[in-house]
Amino acid sequence: MNRSKLSAGLAGTALLVTLAACAPGSGTEEETTADAPSGEVSTDISDAGDVTLTVWDQEVRGGQDEQMSQLNDAFMEQYPNVTIDRNSQSFDDLATTLRLALTDEDPPDVVQSNNGRNTMGQFVADSQLVPLDDYADAYGWFDRFSPNTLQYSTYSEDAKTFGDGNLYGLPQVGEVVGVFYSKSKLDDLGVELPTDWTTFDDALATAKEAGEVPIQLGNIDQWPAIHVFGPVQGGSVDAEQIVDLGLGNSGASWTTPENVEAATTLQGWADAGYFNDGVNGTDYDAAWQNFADGEGVFLIGGSWLAADLGDAMQDDVGFFVPDTADGVPATTGGTGLPFAITSASENPDVAAAYIDFITSDDAMQVLADTDNLPVNDTAELAPDEGVLGDVFASFARVTDEGNLLPYLDYATPTFSDTLGQALQDLLDGRATPEEFTETLETDYSEFVSSNG
Amino acid sequence: MADVTTVTGRGASRPVRRAVPRRPARRDGPAWVPYAFIAPALLLYGAFLLYPLVRAAQFSLFDWNGIGAAEFVGLANYVDIVHDERLREAFWHALVLVFFYAILPLCIGLVLAALLTRAKVRGLGFFRTVIFLPQVIAMVVVAVTWRQIYAPDGPLNGLLRAVGLGSLARPWLGDYTFTLPAVGLIGTWVSTGLVTVLLMAGMSRVSPDLYEAARLDGAGPVQEFFAITLPAVRGEITVALTLTIVAALKTFDLVYVTTSGGPGTSTTVPSYEVYRRAFELGEVGSAAAIGVTLTILVFIINAGVNWFGERK
Repeated sequence: MNRSKLSAGLAGTALLVTLAACAPGSGTEEETTADAPSGEVSTDISDAGDVTLTVWDQEVRGGQDEQMSQLNDAFMEQYPNVTIDRNSQSFDDLATTLRLALTDEDPPDVVQSNNGRNTMGQFVADSQLVPLDDYADAYGWFDRFSPNTLQYSTYSEDAKTFGDGNLYGLPQVGEVVGVFYSKSKLDDLGVELPTDWTTFDDALATAKEAGEVPIQLGNIDQWPAIHVFGPVQGGSVDAEQIVDLGLGNSGASWTTPENVEAATTLQGWADAGYFNDGVNGTDYDAAWQNFADGEGVFLIGGSWLAADLGDAMQDDVGFFVPDTADGVPATTGGTGLPFAITSASENPDVAAAYIDFITSDDAMQVLADTDNLPVNDTAELAPDEGVLGDVFASFARVTDEGNLLPYLDYATPTFSDTLGQALQDLLDGRATPEEFTETLETDYSEFVSSNG
Repeated sequence: MADVTTVTGRGASRPVRRAVPRRPARRDGPAWVPYAFIAPALLLYGAFLLYPLVRAAQFSLFDWNGIGAAEFVGLANYVDIVHDERLREAFWHALVLVFFYAILPLCIGLVLAALLTRAKVRGLGFFRTVIFLPQVIAMVVVAVTWRQIYAPDGPLNGLLRAVGLGSLARPWLGDYTFTLPAVGLIGTWVSTGLVTVLLMAGMSRVSPDLYEAARLDGAGPVQEFFAITLPAVRGEITVALTLTIVAALKTFDLVYVTTSGGPGTSTTVPSYEVYRRAFELGEVGSAAAIGVTLTILVFIINAGVNWFGERK
């Protein structure tokens, strides 16, 4: 055999061997078989020896980063034998790299994982995360957190059910979507602050007649409208239905008259010109900045905007959550990304102690001091004034008396896109409310039936 | 592979050796030396291009979410591509973008290059730099800039309103009919510089005698262009088309930053679907299959362009 033939043959053989040797994902399988804590968890870590705890978080913005640094330092001061190796990335970066990091040979111990089915759900299904129930009993987490909050990091062992089963993570902060308003605009219009959806609708009409932009919305990125539709849906659809729809569990339906009614309301606002021109072509940031500049009476958005709006508008901005017909608030919200322990972590006890530490009552105080919305003790820690005070009060009221509804895009792996695109179609008048709900029902029911 | 073997192997070398027995084939060292010379480049190329390509092709045959065990599914991922309406739409958008990235810049570039080389413009270097500038700017910066230009109260609508064409003003990136062309025109803006500079290089090689001869025969500027300039730069046109078509088909950053595929699904492109499936949905196998399909499509189209360009 001459040389070229030989080398070609060798290369071919090598290629075949490579292809046959390792199917994707097979290489890491043995390493991830976790030595799951079997009831023998330890809460005393001071004699755990010198430990380096690798933590991947996404607390990169001002106040977020500050609270994380403070808490990490305090933890290391309390346990000198523990060193925290912190890796902080933006939300988007973490989302794209976490999957690879978990299957790495040396994965992090503690990770902040998004709650939804296509992230935490998949990690649970593939046994990448440790169930925390034993730790929760040992540390009393079930008393510390409301069940309403914990359901968003709870999955069955096979991850088929979301919201029921084992606990896989603990959040630090809460989030609530509601209505920001300009106090001076309302005064000029001579309108009282609305308290429910009916009076809100009236206020929109009055604002439109006066030539104001009733609601600012920047929906070029598709997801912002989800945060407008969520509260509107909360106003007309039964909370239990929305939880089932939002968590992608079986037994609910999108094509109910109530859901159609919610979609009709939203499209009605668009048809009546209650939004700024060209919502689907407007930047999210541009929308809230326009609102801060005095263009627009209301802005429907999440509590994460409060700090920036407060800086820009000072006392002029307020925040509220409209009541449903039952007299209680129901709106989209939830928690910040929960902290979870990876199955490959060699020090799950230390990791659990860390998660306990950063979600303790003291930690809640640190969170409030750094302008974050603590997930627990929110009412007690509320600032006396300003829009942050409104936000704290609203979150406490929604979690205590009302219903904190899940982000609708948790439902299925594809639901974020499906809903975002359908909402753009709805706002543009390309889809009727009925077509809109049918689009969503298709995605939801396909997932529910394939999920078994 | 087979005919390469015959040329370099027995058939070619033996008669030579036999014919000149006292002068052995000139060798600078052992047989592996040539391979040692290409090894560094080949290793890099292999490690960062060939190996990932082969792995991607392998992944495309599996149903894999990126973390757990994979299941071999054969060509099912490819069958899905054909049946998925959303993907067919994405590939169609990529082809529309080819018009805006490649065809339109070529037309503009031919006119511009002909003008700039034939007319003795003062400050030619300056114009050339200005035209080429978009190529130098990072695509993300270009996209962010244009996103602001296209904003509902952005400069473009401001200009339209200022000249009394306010009825044409619209949210350019939120309009179901106009968003794809609007995104495409950003590509045109970027590609035109490259195409023009390439064509100018080609045109400057054309001997002035040819133009003089044509003019003596009574040809006008337009006839000169079609009879002399255009055939002379066929090679450059091929290169320009190859580069811009590749850029069009693999568009990702522009769509990701400007529209995320919206409004609705009106600007989704295959590369964006690859990203979405691999990193957002955890469908690595399907994402790899789209990537491989896109690679094959790029090869086919460019093979066509090159065949056309090199045909005598």
